Amino acid sequence: MAHLSPTPVLEPGQDRTMILNMGPQHPSTHGVLRVLLEIDGETVVRMMPDIGFLHTGIEKTCEAKFYQQVVPLTDRIDYLCPMTNNLCYVLAVEKLLGLEIPPKAQWMRVLMNELTRINSHLVWLGTHALDLGAMTVFLYCFREREEILKMFEMISGQRMMTSYFRIGGLALEPPLGFFARVRDFAGRFPGRVDEYENLLTGNPIWMMRTKGVARMTAEDAIALGASGPTLRGSGVDIDLRRDMPYSGYENFKFKVPVAQEGDVFARYMCRVRELRESNTIVQQALDGMPEGPIKADAPGVVLPDREKMKTQMEALIYHFKIITEGFAVPAGEVYQAVESPRGEMGYYVVSDGTAKPYRVHMRAACLANLQTLPKMCEGGLIADVVAAIGSIDIVLGEIDR
Amino acid sequence: MALAPAITDLEQLKDHPAVARLLTWNPAAVTGVKFDRDEMTIYIDAAHIRETCALLRDSPACAFNFLSDVTCVDWYPAEPRFEVIYHLLSIPHRERVRLKVRLDSSSPVVESLTSVWPGANYFEREVFDLFGIRFSGHPYLQRILMPEDWEGHPLRKDYPVEGYR
Repeated sequence: MAHLSPTPVLEPGQDRTMILNMGPQHPSTHGVLRVLLEIDGETVVRMMPDIGFLHTGIEKTCEAKFYQQVVPLTDRIDYLCPMTNNLCYVLAVEKLLGLEIPPKAQWMRVLMNELTRINSHLVWLGTHALDLGAMTVFLYCFREREEILKMFEMISGQRMMTSYFRIGGLALEPPLGFFARVRDFAGRFPGRVDEYENLLTGNPIWMMRTKGVARMTAEDAIALGASGPTLRGSGVDIDLRRDMPYSGYENFKFKVPVAQEGDVFARYMCRVRELRESNTIVQQALDGMPEGPIKADAPGVVLPDREKMKTQMEALIYHFKIITEGFAVPAGEVYQAVESPRGEMGYYVVSDGTAKPYRVHMRAACLANLQTLPKMCEGGLIADVVAAIGSIDIVLGEIDR
Repeated sequence: MALAPAITDLEQLKDHPAVARLLTWNPAAVTGVKFDRDEMTIYIDAAHIRETCALLRDSPACAFNFLSDVTCVDWYPAEPRFEVIYHLLSIPHRERVRLKVRLDSSSPVVESLTSVWPGANYFEREVFDLFGIRFSGHPYLQRILMPEDWEGHPLRKDYPVEGYR
């Protein structure tokens, strides 16, 4: 982070170019991103993103917590898709433990993850359109997002920092009326996506601002470590949900939208189509939701039900032990990756056999995606920098951790 | 909760495409292997890491063309103290492999991968910032997350959680 230094990191070239500082407090940087631009007139010659303003040391904090206590920290990494982070972390620890998760919990995780993806893409779509001057879309997107946040509140008690998944299952049974509410939403949602598309997809101003802007080839995208819609927008067909399934994604049928052009419009189309695909996954999850327990049968790891605690001595002892001294996890290491709305979200968890993780590392999709920005913007216009930043859908909380 | 024990015998794992490719190239580069919880780990000699990665990326049987992640683990006070960990993904084969390099605390230096994958840039800067590992040949090895005048490397195990007061 170079924010303490009064001297810019980039040195200006002779007389032709100047250094322009964009951010960190700039509405189009989606958080606290500072971008140093070397410009020649309106053209960007060089570009350097500067990050670290939101660094809170979450990885260090994790090392001082019990395994279960890390879950609320993972929410706060990427605050637009808390459930995806929860899922990735609990999957990693469950793999370390060798736990088997009951089908209902797996399907609930898929359901909640796809709602989270819709939620995250809606924020992206609204703010991206707002950056490029389309105000109305923002209001429409936040109308639907509000409904999703209310569902989150209904199921977990929290609108944003949900912490709904637990190592070994879920925190709570879904409340009465939850599925009916989700079904109602999923039935209406494709019509709402049509509304957004009517406003943007064929809109001449939108096309002029996005088509052919901030191009990136597939080779560059792979070499720079881009993932998710940023990679698929350049024509690379990979989606971890389909290709390396986790948490029962192999039971769902969905398409993976890919676009070949590699420009802002291609990434936009990928994400908008993903909204529809996520909605079909939500509907499949509702239709096929299995019955059964929501927690794994692992008394030393999973907290017992309240009812059992009051009637069974053994359950009370387990409860006391898990709360006071956590549970030991066999030594080893696991890298678990999931497809977050932004790309490959990975958790690398190392255990030394104690009740606290020895090391938790998060592979932030945005950190790698951000590296593609200079490639996209150099040689383009300043106004297109805003479009490019919006199109890679960054969340600075995830980048800085 | 039955976990299969980890396999660390090179003989049993020499058929894995990545291991086989590395052994035919230079058996001295592979210092160990581990197959645990369905994940393959190959320990690489620190002097060979850049060539190893270029080889795994370019050979068609492996095609590990995507660098997922670079990170580090500090095993203080044991020696060799640091493990630098690379997670590679093969997009054509949908497969992962983990490469590990062990480094002494006296000279935590390893060759940078930025010439193989430009995307290693930020990951290596992060490891440098938080662990103090130096990557030789990196184009801009500066702090990335911490303020530039920060002292110490916070993710080292001898660095207190609450920081120095």
